Order: sequence, then structure tokens, then C-alpha cells
Amino acid sequence: MSFFNVFKRKQQDMYPGEAMCDRGLLIFENTSEVILAERVLKAKDWNIRVMGPPPEIRSGCDLVIEIPLIEELNILRSLQKEGVLPREVVPVTSPLLQPVDLFKVKYIDRYLMVRAANMKLTIDLETSIIVNVSGGGCPDVPYLAQEMVGRKLMEAPSPREIGHTLCGYALQLAYEEVISKCMQ
Amino acid sequence: MHAIVGTVPVEDFPLVAGEASLAGNEFLIQDYKALVNRGTPALIAAAIKAGEVVGLPAPYCYLVGDIGRGDGSRRLYEFLTTHIGEFDFETITFHYLQPDVHWHNRVLEILNNRMPRPRLIADAGFMYAAKMSGRSLEYDLFTPDVGELAFLADEEAPHPFYTRGFILHEESKVPELIQRAYDHGNAARHLLVKGERDYISSREGIREIIDHPSEEAMEVIGGTGDTVTGIVAALISTGMEIVDAARIAAKTNRLAGYYARPTAATQVMEILPHIPRALEEVLHEKQRLDAEGESPSMESSSISPGMTVLDVIKRYRHTESVFKKYDEKAGECICCNALFEPLENMAAHYDLNLDELLAELEESILIDA
Repeated sequence: MSFFNVFKRKQQDMYPGEAMCDRGLLIFENTSEVILAERVLKAKDWNIRVMGPPPEIRSGCDLVIEIPLIEELNILRSLQKEGVLPREVVPVTSPLLQPVDLFKVKYIDRYLMVRAANMKLTIDLETSIIVNVSGGGCPDVPYLAQEMVGRKLMEAPSPREIGHTLCGYALQLAYEEVISKCMQ
Repeated sequence: MHAIVGTVPVEDFPLVAGEASLAGNEFLIQDYKALVNRGTPALIAAAIKAGEVVGLPAPYCYLVGDIGRGDGSRRLYEFLTTHIGEFDFETITFHYLQPDVHWHNRVLEILNNRMPRPRLIADAGFMYAAKMSGRSLEYDLFTPDVGELAFLADEEAPHPFYTRGFILHEESKVPELIQRAYDHGNAARHLLVKGERDYISSREGIREIIDHPSEEAMEVIGGTGDTVTGIVAALISTGMEIVDAARIAAKTNRLAGYYARPTAATQVMEILPHIPRALEEVLHEKQRLDAEGESPSMESSSISPGMTVLDVIKRYRHTESVFKKYDEKAGECICCNALFEPLENMAAHYDLNLDELLAELEESILIDA
């Protein structure tokens, strides 16, 4: 499907009230980036479409790409490989919402736990080994836990590398906060 | 018959449907197996262990491998739309699936047309999809943790990652968040909120609060939320009332954690073997209360061996006289020397009869009441 035909594509049969509630928007600096990003994502069979932005975030004659929001992390990784990262990612239903930026930090004996949104990462401060990953509801959470637990913080794969979803993204924030705490 | 729907964090795990069983630290389904250390496999293991205690057959599971790409989940959603109606399940528990509102709605529509309609429990990704779809009230039970409760309470957020900062997910705000979730129609008919204190609620308000035994490390151990959902699913499948099942499951999970002597590095596989003993004890306590015509109050009045002396005195001030009475047998002041010890350890240390002590403590509570 060409860039312009995406406007003509029909939505899937939907139930009342389901439209767009699990979709997100990629916002780019300029239209040429939108075109390049669309080509990258289409080539990987993502269910996306190019559209005009909602009024809250409109800045001119710009375009945005609508994506399955949950899979944001995986989509961003695909775009990063092609050097075409968006300026911002927002939910379709509430484009002014921002990702969570509050962390809960807790020390339990020799362990440090950091929670970002619904994700928690815990390390042993004496050995730097990741001892637990908890919280979350997307299917990459058990996978991330499997790959990260038991490894040293700086040797484990980061959620940004192997995660796919918003839960993986939240875990990345917790991971970065743990690193920052350990470096203080 | 009860069903569990979820994913296995193994990329090439095929789509399978059938009864699951346990073999050590792995669950088996058809010719496939996976570790029960987290996610849906941990939930299945807890449901099997709880089911063994209450005489429930093994759950029928619909599973597929998915490491977060969503491809496995979408195949499973599609499979469910054509196959989930083949059996008359009393209860179905949905777990780690890629949240997808369209597919969620298709599956829910099929289940809503079943007569009788199964009781529906949702946790993790499927609960996210249920909330996003605006159809939370069609579910019988959600089992969020506090962070996920904040997401349910935020009518704008499409995922916990976007929960707004002013809706802080703090333990002290749980009652407020529960109310907000119900006000916006984003909670199931019942909630079991897992946290430092476990809250059981319905639209009418908070029904139970369970807060002991309390092990700080349980908060960080991946899979402990999955196990409590597995236990409550098994109990509801026996026909138990949801509030009763949630209370017993929350207590059982806490007690199993206590028996595992957890640290922040403990893995859920180390807690799973303690579930049968914990559940037996909690059910025994329920039977005793039922026989005595007692109904558990909102702040559960029972005393368990895992509570510390301080826990007991803090909650029931007048029980101090019972401990004083035992000072002579102990040979020293219990409150001075063992305040932070669980009753079980304290009784063993001083060679006291734990059952007698528990009975006397309970009696003093009843007299005071």
C-alpha cells in the first residue's frame, strides 16, 4: 500500500467504544521523517496508518503515524535502526498524557528496589546482581525477568534492547534509575 | 472445570490447549513444559497446588509462547474465538496476553453469550485490555497490584505507563483509588488489590483488608501476584463466594511467603511448595470460625503463627496480659525480649505450646469484643 492510500484503508470491524483506545501517535519533526518511518514500519508489517494530528498537538500542516501503543518499545527500536526516531509518542485518546516520571525507591537490607509505573527492578547492592523483576502485565515482562534476573546489572541485556512493550519501557526507566542510584 | 488463558515466555512454545500438571519446578501440557518461575506458568502452578488441597481437577489451559511481540497473543485470541465455547467452564482466568482491545472484545462477546456465563477473572495484560475497552464491570474479579490500581483509577490512561502523576500509586491512597476506579466504571465487580495490605472490595466498598503475616520482601519478588491470582481462581472454581475466596487466597499467599522465609532475592519457585500447607491452615481457621459462628471482620481478627508479638499487641492491646501470663513459663519478659519475633519462633524458643497460646490470644480477643 502506498503512502497516500493509507488514508483510504478501512478500520477493522469494531465494537462500540473500542476505537483507538489502545493506539498511540508518533510525532515527528517533519513530514519527510513521517514518510521514511511509515516505509520502515510497513516493511515490518506493523498495523499503522498515517493521519493528521489531533488539535491538541497540531503545529501546522503536519502528519503523525498511528501505532499499536502497547508495542511502542519494539516500534521505536525498528525506527532507531533506520535513524528516524519520533520527537514524541502519545496516546491517541489523550495526546497530552506524558509517560510516568515518578519513581519509588526502597532499600530492603542489602537490596535496592526501584519502581517505575507498574514495573519493579531489584538488585543486590553487594554483588550488583539483578535478583528480581516484578509487576507489569505485557508478555515481555516474564521474558525480561528470565533474561535479566541472575545477571550483573551492567552485563544483563537492557529492557530497551530486548523488551517490546510499554511495560518493557517502564522497566527500562527503572533500570536507568537503578544505574543512576548505583553510580551516586 | 476452570480454565486459564495466558502466555509462556518462550518464543517457540506452540499454541496448546489442555490440562496442565506439575512435575517439580515445571508444568507440563501435552508434550511441552516450562519453568513455573514467573508469569502465567507461576499462576498455573499456584492454581494446581491450591486445587490439590480443595479437591479441584487440574485447570484446562490455553497457552502460547509470546515474548512481547504480541504475535503469539494474537494467534491465541483468534483461537479462543473459535474454541473457548467448546467447554462449559465455571471460571476462566485471563492473564499475560498482549493487551488488544479489539480481540479482547471479540472473546468477551463469545463468553457473554454462554449460558450459564462463566465467572471471569482478569489480571495483567488482559485486565489492561478490559479496562481500555470500558468493559471492566463485565468481569467478576480483577487482581491488580497498587500500581495497576492507579491505572484503573486513571480514566485517561491507556496503560500504567501513562498513569498521571497526581494519581499517585501509594499504599495510603488505595481506598481512594478503588473508589475512583469504580466511579469511572473501570473496576470489575470485585477487586483484590495486592500490596502491603491486600484490599478486597466491591462496588459497595471495601469488604476486607488482609495485612498479615507481612513480609517486606514479598513486594519485590516477581510472580507473587501471579500466585495469589492462581489461588483465588482455584477457590472461586469450587463455587466459593468471591469475597471469601479472595480473603483466603490473600492470607494463603502471605502465609506461604512467610514460610519461605523470603529475602528480596527469593524466587517464586521457592514459595510455591508452601502453598498447600498455608491453604490448609487458612481453611482450617475458616472452618473453626464458621463452627463458632464467627464471621471475619473487615480487619481480620484471626491471629496466625507468622504474626510477631508486636503485631498482635499493636492490633489487640489487651492481648498483652496473655503474654504477661506466659512470662513465668518463658523465664523472662516476652514483650521485652521477643517483641519482634513471630509467635511461632517465640513459642519454639521458649518451649511454649503454640496452639494453646494462639487459643488464649483468640479467646482474649473474643472476650474483649
